[in-house]
Amino acid sequence: MSDGREAGEGLALRDLAAGRTAGADGYIRFPVDAETWSRLCDGCAGGQQDLQALWADGGTMRLALGDPGHGVRAIVSLATDAGRYPSVASRHRPALRLERAMRDLYGVEPVGLPDPRPWLDHGRWPGRQGDAPYPFLPVEGEGLHQIPVGPVHAGIIEPGHFRFTANGETVVRLEERLGYVHKGVEGLMAGASIGNGARLAGRISGDSTAAYAWAFARAVEAALGWIPPVRAVLLRAVMAELERVAHHIGDVGAICNDASVVAIHASCAVQREDVLAVAGACFGHRLMMDCIVPGGVAVDLSPDGVGRIRGLLARLEATRSDVLRVYDSMPSLQDRTVTTGIVSPALVRQYAAGGFVGRASGRAFDARKSFAYAPYDQVDFALKVRGGGDVDARLLVRLDEIGESLAILAQLLGRLAPGAISTDLPAVSSGEGAALVEAFRGDVFVDVRVLDGRLARVHARDASWFQWPLLEAAIEGNIVADFPLCNKSFNCSYSGHDL
Amino acid sequence: MRTFLLDALTKGKATIPAPGPDAAALAEAARALGERGRQRLGRSLAIREIDAGSCNGCELEIHAVNNPIYDAERFGLRFVASPRHADVLLVTGPVTWNMREALLRTYHATPEPKWVVALGDCAVDCGVFAGSPAVVGPLADILPVDLHVPGCPPAPLAIVKALLALMEVQA
Repeated sequence: MSDGREAGEGLALRDLAAGRTAGADGYIRFPVDAETWSRLCDGCAGGQQDLQALWADGGTMRLALGDPGHGVRAIVSLATDAGRYPSVASRHRPALRLERAMRDLYGVEPVGLPDPRPWLDHGRWPGRQGDAPYPFLPVEGEGLHQIPVGPVHAGIIEPGHFRFTANGETVVRLEERLGYVHKGVEGLMAGASIGNGARLAGRISGDSTAAYAWAFARAVEAALGWIPPVRAVLLRAVMAELERVAHHIGDVGAICNDASVVAIHASCAVQREDVLAVAGACFGHRLMMDCIVPGGVAVDLSPDGVGRIRGLLARLEATRSDVLRVYDSMPSLQDRTVTTGIVSPALVRQYAAGGFVGRASGRAFDARKSFAYAPYDQVDFALKVRGGGDVDARLLVRLDEIGESLAILAQLLGRLAPGAISTDLPAVSSGEGAALVEAFRGDVFVDVRVLDGRLARVHARDASWFQWPLLEAAIEGNIVADFPLCNKSFNCSYSGHDL
Repeated sequence: MRTFLLDALTKGKATIPAPGPDAAALAEAARALGERGRQRLGRSLAIREIDAGSCNGCELEIHAVNNPIYDAERFGLRFVASPRHADVLLVTGPVTWNMREALLRTYHATPEPKWVVALGDCAVDCGVFAGSPAVVGPLADILPVDLHVPGCPPAPLAIVKALLALMEVQA
């Protein structure tokens, strides 16, 4: 098989999708041949559609693509030639780490892969141990030195390795090495019951537990034609928005803390604790783990809980406006954030980077709007976009979004009517479904294939996959001391990425 | 900024009253430390956190322990940046094969006397990740564990109480 480089110009998904019907989950599914596969990848590189996910499923490679401008989504499948298939990354670079990961986990062989180094496989897994050192990219030049950081970091954060190459104070290259917290989530999911799958989904990235549990539930429901009750759908959104505001306010404080403004950090930390305490009182778990389940939700919200959340909204708005006012009044703080860690709009478009990383660089994408799902299709809120692409823009987008989430929460609570919170598993026991859910960090994608009532294959793609590479770009030309600010302003997930 | 700070001063403390040590943790810590010979460190513990494969849920709640509400530092519980400064290693996650070596190196870099706390269900028994070939096993299979703090994740108050128990036994 050639890598098909000569295949020609890019193919637009919307042309290929015309006349085909989407499933209950909004995704059109169809098989393609190697040439169409490659031309669709060229189309991604040409900006005609976004790469949403790429995964191996037995002898088949699947590619999730999205064209939000035309409201088209598809999952295309390519039968591999005994595991070999034309590399996506050879045409569209954002697929690189995804392909390296799938190669490590499932042994598929992307022909023409531009970087054949392993990614999640560190040569430590039983039966596959090796002593070969990981070859970092070579750096040449006068006066350069390297700073290796991690996997164990100085703070209370997840493990990962950062290899900085610096010229004096200035970073000329950052290379990330991830995979340290690879737990084999997808392997555990294969063959698991739907209930165990939901518990695992809620622990792919603990900070996005509500978002992942929701995405998993929607994917399973789409696969089996399972309809959750209206009240459950509203409660899921209540949980997802509480999760969003908790992290947004906490991270705004943490960014300011990295610029040594401890007063804002303290105020934000108290506010974040307020959100988690309310969530704990309402749903029985501070992070709302295992509260969203396929078929509905596991915990109902009492009238008393509704009152608690309403009270919280007012306090959050007060903190948000306080923080914004103080932030605006501190040139010494903005000196650290403005023009620091800039990501260009072109890179964000190329990587289809979701969340505040994308929206702070002008990419107007939010799964809640771009591929709206219930109940957001019935909720009035604005998509907040800024253009600076720096730490400042990412911080301000998050403060903007807290305001929108508060408005969303008020609407959701106003629409809550008494009713059931879950429905029973339908008689259908096999099917395929996918879902895209906007977590606080960006869109998370989950695809499930259910066979005879058990999970046959589950793939989860965190927003971080398309944000981590941009952090490498953001730090370039900045000083080493600004890395914590840049990193915190991205706040990518290690666990969600390493799986 | 001035009004913001004044507000903070006039609103009163956000910090909750000091909780007592957790009884079960106190008993376990007493057993563990009794066997290994107690050593007086004064009423403070320097803690180095290690994520050995967690989903980051535990990290969120450990962070909360340091917020003004729980304010762990008032008890002498201080999180430090290096294992060289640490008395306690606070380990989360089902230990992954990819983190095993980093965990062991961090342990060996910590001076004696040292104590190991397994925090969260995953560190205790691998939690939902039990049985995965990418996971080595519970923390106790890899390091001598002095104290277990179950929960998925344990709430901040439970973490504070467990660490207080460790300090109580020491003093």
